[in-house]
Amino acid sequence: MSRVGVVGIGHTKFGNLSQYDLGDVMAYAATDALKDAGFLERRKEIDQVIVGNMASGLFCHQSAVASSVISKMDMEPVPAELVENGPASGASAIKIGYMAVASGMADIVLVIGGEVMRKVTGWTGTEYVATMLHPEAEYDMGLTLPGFGGMFTRMYMEKYGLTERDLALLAVKNHANGAKNKYAHIQAECTIEAIADGPEANVVNTYVAEPLRMYSTCPVSDGAAALLLVNMDSPKAKLFSKKPVRIAGIASATDTHCVHNRKDPLKLEAVRIAAEKAYAMAGLSPKDISFAELHDAFSILELAISEEVGFFERGKSFLAVRKGETAIDGRLPINTSGGLKSKGHPVGATGTSQAVELVRQLRGEAEQGRQVADPKYGMAVNFGGFGNNVVAMIFAKD
Amino acid sequence: MAIDTMEQKLRPPEIPLKPYPPKVITLASGEKMVVREAKREEVGALLGTIYPLIGVPADFYDIVAVRMYSEILGWYRHRVANEFVLVGAIDGEIAGIVTSRHVTPKLGMSLHTLTIKRGLRVGAQLFAAKMEHHLDILGEEEVYIVAESPNGFKRWMIEYELEDRSPQFPEVRHELGGVPTYVLTRSLWEAVRDVKCTGTRPVSDTDLKASAKLSMPREYPQIPGFKR
Repeated sequence: MSRVGVVGIGHTKFGNLSQYDLGDVMAYAATDALKDAGFLERRKEIDQVIVGNMASGLFCHQSAVASSVISKMDMEPVPAELVENGPASGASAIKIGYMAVASGMADIVLVIGGEVMRKVTGWTGTEYVATMLHPEAEYDMGLTLPGFGGMFTRMYMEKYGLTERDLALLAVKNHANGAKNKYAHIQAECTIEAIADGPEANVVNTYVAEPLRMYSTCPVSDGAAALLLVNMDSPKAKLFSKKPVRIAGIASATDTHCVHNRKDPLKLEAVRIAAEKAYAMAGLSPKDISFAELHDAFSILELAISEEVGFFERGKSFLAVRKGETAIDGRLPINTSGGLKSKGHPVGATGTSQAVELVRQLRGEAEQGRQVADPKYGMAVNFGGFGNNVVAMIFAKD
Repeated sequence: MAIDTMEQKLRPPEIPLKPYPPKVITLASGEKMVVREAKREEVGALLGTIYPLIGVPADFYDIVAVRMYSEILGWYRHRVANEFVLVGAIDGEIAGIVTSRHVTPKLGMSLHTLTIKRGLRVGAQLFAAKMEHHLDILGEEEVYIVAESPNGFKRWMIEYELEDRSPQFPEVRHELGGVPTYVLTRSLWEAVRDVKCTGTRPVSDTDLKASAKLSMPREYPQIPGFKR
């Protein structure tokens, strides 16, 4: 297999972009990535475009967005296909792009992930996202993803002693990072006094799906992120202005669609398996990772995923958070971008956005105050469904 | 001040209202927002705060702003009976404004809620303070409420589970026209008060002093590039 590297990254600001067409939002990020790579003028030489998107048909009443983006960018006849894998669509698109390059089928692949969710109201959006659940056993019973997040959190609390304050500490950490990220949806810090300790915290940080509160739940966001992948072993690798960041490992796994079919619902098997495969592919282990972007659609997931990928013992990750080990200046910074909690979660864009953050950190291009010191390897986990479709990625600064 | 005879005829009869006791809320950002009644002499800062939003169609800011402008002007110039204006201020800078009216000892008429600082639930806190004034301070039994934006409908009608009285139109009718009228009853309020309404009293002298002089917002997230 050929080595695959990232030579260009692009990102829109996440937030409310509902006045824009989804194709325009994606084209903005893609153009940004091509400019970054110094390849905008030669964009018709790209072999393949892969677009990650979860639900444009529902959110925007629009289908076939991949070919739409090609026209927006005046890139015909470059082939373009869509990858849909729930909220893991972005990272799945990267994986498909990786496979195309590594296999030798393509040398240059543009991967774009994007979603515009705010053309509909928040509760309609939540209902649309819930369509990824099992149609009879879960969706029809009224389950939503915040509902699952709440139940998962409650189980974890009862088993391991996690408190609501621990979840608030995660929000404080991630908002501190997101406040410095120019792409973040919510660029504002929050304080532990205001959202957990103070007399008004119960109302200021209101419940969303008990015990999950507003500051333990990601916002509904719009946005896109894009990456230009290249075959590092091809002469074409020399066409780009930026040194590649290598994709050292990328893998995915699937768990049961129905959460109740799992022996232990607190075990996220697809996360563990995807991570193990990515480590094996990269020849690395958890202790080699310098920083990570973990899919904290609900804060509990940052903890649970960090345990499944081997950063911490099961049930111990929140103790590390209490000690500041996952803060930007800690021994293993997690969600340096602000995570989904602060940066936002346009579902189809999240995986590509996580990958863009890995590249920014490994290049040393993150904003002052949230740049990890001399990182070698970054890991991202993009989590779809309630853990039934998961992609793990490890990027390396060679 | 002497008021001429014609002006006396034009002014509405007023019922003296109990004052709203100020409170302070620590927002998620850690900033302290003092919520207090606006004073008549502060009308300049209030109107100056609202005015730029009259040109913002997103989220129906234009309608809310232009109506609130007229409500506060009417309050200042004695053309509305028993109106009160509450303001949320962070270090004196106006973060949000609410207007409302005491109609009878049993009925309140919620007018408008305008949030300038977004993302910190300022509007939700100010709306709750307005309901607190109606039901807990003024002792009314219910408040008529309408929404002019989807955000308002979500925040008030859905989150408070307001009683829909629109089928009783035209007997039950909010003052803002024929829009569907919803009602916060005392029992509904008592069911949600603890999770919707907060604030610490009394407000420290330092915080009161910080909010004593209101200033207009320097920036508006609703108007990119706006600088005062």
